[in-house]
Order: sequence, then structure tokens, then C-alpha cells
Amino acid sequence: MRRNSVSLLQPAASAAEWHGSRRDFLRGVTVAAGALLVGCGHSDVPGARVTLTQWYHQYGEKGTQEAVVRYAKAYTALHPDVAIQVVWVPGDYGTKLSTALLTRGGPDIFEGQITKPMVTAEQVAPLDDLFPPAVRSDFSARDLAQNSVDGKIYGLKMLDDTGILYYRKSLLKAAGIAPPKTMNELIAAAKALTAGNRKGLFLGNDGGVAALINVAPWSAGGDFLVDNKIVFNTPQVASAYEKMRELSDSGALLIGAPTDWWEADALVQGQAAMQWGGLWSYPTIAKALGDDIGGMAWPALDAAGHPATFLGGWSAMVNAQGRHIEESKKYLQWLWIDGLKIQEDWCLGYGFHVPPRLSLARSAAPLQIGVAANAVKDLNIWGRSLPPEWNSAMGTALADAVTNILKEGRPAAPELATAARKCERELSRLLE
Amino acid sequence: MPILQKSQADRSATFAFWAFVTPALLGLTVFTLVPIVWGFLLSLSHAQNTIHPGHFIGFRNYADLLTDEAFLKSLVTIFVFALFIVPLTFAVSLGLALLVNKIGWGRSFFRTVFFIPSAVSYVVASLIWKVSLFNGLPFGFVNHIIGLFGAHPVAWIGTAHPPWYWLVLVTVRLWLQVGFFMIIFLAGLQEIPKSLYEAAAVDGAPSGWPVLRYITLPQLKATSVSVLLLNLIAAFQAFDEFYNILGGSGASIGNASLARPPLVYLYSLALSNQDFGRGAAGGFILTALIFAVTLLQGRIFGFGGSEK
Repeated sequence: MRRNSVSLLQPAASAAEWHGSRRDFLRGVTVAAGALLVGCGHSDVPGARVTLTQWYHQYGEKGTQEAVVRYAKAYTALHPDVAIQVVWVPGDYGTKLSTALLTRGGPDIFEGQITKPMVTAEQVAPLDDLFPPAVRSDFSARDLAQNSVDGKIYGLKMLDDTGILYYRKSLLKAAGIAPPKTMNELIAAAKALTAGNRKGLFLGNDGGVAALINVAPWSAGGDFLVDNKIVFNTPQVASAYEKMRELSDSGALLIGAPTDWWEADALVQGQAAMQWGGLWSYPTIAKALGDDIGGMAWPALDAAGHPATFLGGWSAMVNAQGRHIEESKKYLQWLWIDGLKIQEDWCLGYGFHVPPRLSLARSAAPLQIGVAANAVKDLNIWGRSLPPEWNSAMGTALADAVTNILKEGRPAAPELATAARKCERELSRLLE
Repeated sequence: MPILQKSQADRSATFAFWAFVTPALLGLTVFTLVPIVWGFLLSLSHAQNTIHPGHFIGFRNYADLLTDEAFLKSLVTIFVFALFIVPLTFAVSLGLALLVNKIGWGRSFFRTVFFIPSAVSYVVASLIWKVSLFNGLPFGFVNHIIGLFGAHPVAWIGTAHPPWYWLVLVTVRLWLQVGFFMIIFLAGLQEIPKSLYEAAAVDGAPSGWPVLRYITLPQLKATSVSVLLLNLIAAFQAFDEFYNILGGSGASIGNASLARPPLVYLYSLALSNQDFGRGAAGGFILTALIFAVTLLQGRIFGFGGSEK
């Protein structure tokens, strides 16, 4: 390669030399192209019989990347014939993953959320044999439902996430306000806490459309997709969004912050007095604000409603088109089922997540006190999620309606009717 | 043996022709022609979570999209955007070109300065516009400036009344592309024969507006039409600044819904939702639209017709 680079840099003195350098150049190009192609494909780790590729999205908490590499190395130490190649994917993970799954070079193991089309397109392998009755009973029914399509389990929950309405206790106390129990109280509190350069409440830079599009209607007793039927076109859901518009119009929402709702900066830096965020940020917030922090589920719409929050998180899945399905399943079993130590480290060692294993969630010390304990309790009672039949096209249709209601000030009922019609069309496409 | 020599020369010319043309032809086939045909077959298929055409459903994807409120709204959005950005870019880049052309010293300096933004990536510029210039906090650059005059901080991105996000979207594209079109206008200006201006001066035409109106602008006709054309096509293909400032699907979908151009909608339909059939159909609809508008523009401005 050294000769090539020299001949490319020096002008050719004669035709013969020029010929030689052109051939060298072509050879160089071929080698470079070959190297690129090799880089795209699977590369097996020397010494191992099988190399499994495992994809994670980029977790924000410090130490997580090192942790997953450590787990993989520990497995290889126990099973020298299996090597795990961990790929940490920054940016738009969902799009990168679904694109990779369309090709033969997709990862063997990956994390994500199960959707019905992934099952229909045979992208994910069933994992039912990893769930004997004793294991199955150690997962919540909701976690199992979230990962099941047509009675089969395709995802192994690695962590449960939930949302929290964080508030600065001192600021509420100074304003003489109790933690809000209903939307009216929340709107009043947000207004009262808006002062100077500080806003009352931060729900994300789109004013809470993305963060609360499901949670707000849940707090009114509404829902979205139940038993393959679109059910959000109701007066309850309409009134939940109209109440959100009242909050939007109050002038108490922070909009246009450098970070979004899933990070704690707005609250920690004092740009907002209250913030909708995730349990995952709790260690960061507690470190910055100490005892001056309270948290609760999203308040009820009114006396007839109830608090609400989401049950989120990530599940591990096995690529049904992969070459090593059995080995992948064995690795996942070791990682998330056999030993609870790894799950404890993963869920509580970096950010805060609720371990999906009920036995562990009940006993984990950090989750027994304060804001975290409340969040776990709320998650168990009020945590909801959307079924695998809900897809992003339905999400877009609903978000367009909610944006029109919240930001453009349009009446809720006709907007929801339009969105419901569109979601029904999407659903019938999906089920055909 | 002159005939033999000639045929040898012919052969080597033919060889040289194919040697030069084949790589480009191969590239064109692999990266343009095959994807177009493949995309068209996909657009006729129910291709959910797959890029393999096969489950053919006729023109249903096209029909679905043309009755889809969100897609139709995205077409309206892009027309409105083009209505703002095309005349504005045209006027500003022509103005800059006239100014830069006029000055005697430092012409190449100013030419370079105005051209530099064209080298900046849309993504980077969008993030600077979003996070630093038009940040909604009191310490955001623009908010800080208007704060000096006693105005309250404005949430530039994310509110619908007033729709300040258009200011952000239009200014970032203006900043990025004005320099490029200015260069095209400059080239056009330098093509205008000096003798025309001299003749005008001899005939006693007052310098300034009349010269601009009756000599410069008519002489720039071909340049102007191509600037308009390139500009319009670029506007219809807008994606980066919308995706990076307002968001795509997911995280800040409430902002993305405010102004979603067709490419962002099709991106989320094809890649987030993995419905490649409808995504491909949308691509063809958009191509047809750009084609139609370009033809219409050509008809109006006489592009491609014989020079009169």
C-alpha cells in the first residue's frame, strides 16, 4: 500500500510509469472497496465458533455501554465458543434497526418494542420456551402482553420505564401550593410557579404532545386501541385534550429548551419548577437537588379520572432471519432470566429503571424509598402501554389531531373523528 | 496499410469510449435505474416491513395517499414554503450578485464570504438555528437581542400562533443557499457584453434603474430561469431543516405536525412505519408533481424554447 500512495502522489514521468501507477491505483481502489464491503458484513471473532451481533440504542446514563460489554465478555468467559459483538447505536435507533432487519446482515439480538408487523414479516423469533411457568409468573401480565402477539412471546423485557411529574418542593411550599391532584390544580400551580425567567412546567419542546399524547387521555379513563378496535374517539378523550389546551394556553409551559422532556436539565437548571420526566433521570435529579424534589404520576383529569403514567422500557428480541437463533436465545436466557444480578446492575446501577422481574423489583433497596418507591407503586397501579398493533402511522394521525387541538385551537371532537377514521384504515391494512 | 491503421485507431477509440462510459453507465444502472424500477414495483405492492415487491395491490397505495389528509396537507405546506423561499432567494441572491459585481476591490473576498455558507451542512446549520439562535430561553441569541429592546422571550419553534417557526425555517435555507445562487448570477452578469452598457451610455441612458431594467435583467433571463428552476426543485425536496428543527416522528411530533413537507411524511411512513409500498408511491407522486411544476414554469418563462 505504501508504493501505491507514493505513485499516486508523484506525477508520472513516462507513459510506462503512468501505466504502472494507474494499475496500482486501480488495485488500491479494489482493495479499499473490498475492505469497505468486509466492514459491512459479519466478521467472526477468531477462536469463537459462533459470533452473535447484539444491538443496543444509545442509553444516556454513564456506564451503560461499558456494562453491556462487560456482560457480553462474562458470557464468553463461560462459553468460549460464543463471542458477542456489542453494537452501540447512536441517533435514530428505530429506523436504523428496522432497516438492518430488512437485510441479511441484521443483528442476531437486538432491543426494541414489538410491533405486529415485525411478527408478520417474520423478523422476530418466538421466545416462549424461555418462559416456563415459574419464570412467566415472575413477569407482570402487562409486560407479557406488551411482548406478545397472537399468544406467542417475542420480546424479553429488560427494563421497565415510567413517567413522573417532578416538582421542586421548596418552590411549591413558597407559593403555598400542595402537589396538584387534578388538571385544574396543575394548571393553577403551573401559573403560580411561573416567575421571571422560570416557567411553571416543562412537558417537552413540543408543549407535551409527544410526552402526554397517551397519558393525558388515560388520566380521563380513555384508551386507544383495545381488542383490535380504535376506541379514542370519545368525549372523555376529547375533554382530556381540551384540558391540555388550557394548560398550553396558560403561558406557564417552557417551550424551546435545549434538551427535551426525557432529560432533567430544565428542572435541574431551574428553567422550570415542575417537569414531566422519566424515573431513569431520578439519580441525576436527586444528586443535583437533594431532598428538594417530589414526584407523582400525571394528575387525574377531574374527580371522575385517576392518576396516569406509562409503562415503557425495552425488550430483547432475537432475529428470526439470523444464523444463530438457538445460541442467541441461550445468551438472552443467561443474561435476563437465569441470574438476577445482571438485571439488578442494569436497572439500578446507572439510571433508575424498574426491574421487570417482580421478585427483584420487590426487593431492590433503591426502589423502596421516596420518589422511586412512589413511582413503582404508581406504575403497578396506573401504568399503561399501547398494544403491538398500534403503529407509528396511527401515532402520526393522532399527533396531527392533538397538535391541531392544542396548538391551532381547533375543536377536539371532529379532529379525533378524523384521526380515528385514519387509524381504522391503518389498522385494517395492518391486519390484512 | 492506411485502412488497417484507421480501423485500429477506431477500435482503440471505441475501447476508450467504453472504458470511460462503462463505469458511469454501471453506476447509473445500479444506483439510479434499478432503484427506480424496483421502487415502482414496490409502489404497486403491499410492502409492510419488507423491501421485496410481490404482494401486488395495483394502484391502491397511490389512491390511499391521494386521499390521505396528512399527505395532502404536506403538499400544501411545501407549496407555501416554496412561495416564501423561491422569490426571497431569487431577490436576495440577485441583489448580492449586483452588489458584489459592482465593487471594484475585494470582489473575490466578498464572493467567498457569501459563498461559504453553501459549504455548511443543512443538519449542522439547522441545529445551530434551533439550539443557539432561536432557542426559546431568555439566553437564546435572538431572544437576548430582542430582550435588549425590552421584549419578552419568544418560543420560536413549537407555537402555532404566531407561526414563528416559518421564520426559522426560511432564514436557515436562505442563509445556506443564497451564496450559491449569487455565484450563478455573478457568472451571468459577467457574460453580459460591456458594449451594451457603453452603447446605452453613449445614447444617454441614465445609469441605475433603467439600465438594470432594460439591459441587465433581460440579459440575465436564461440565468434567472435556471436559478428559479433549481430553487423550486430544491424547495420541493426540503427535508433536512424541517426534520432537524421541527422533528420527524417520535420525540417532538407535536412540532413536526405543525409543518410537515412531503419528504418528511414519506420518510416516517416508509422508515418509521416500514410501509415501503406507500413510501415508494409517494416518491413517484412527488416526482410527477415536480415534473409538472417545472414544465409549467418552463411554459411561463419560456425555458428550453429557442432564444429570441
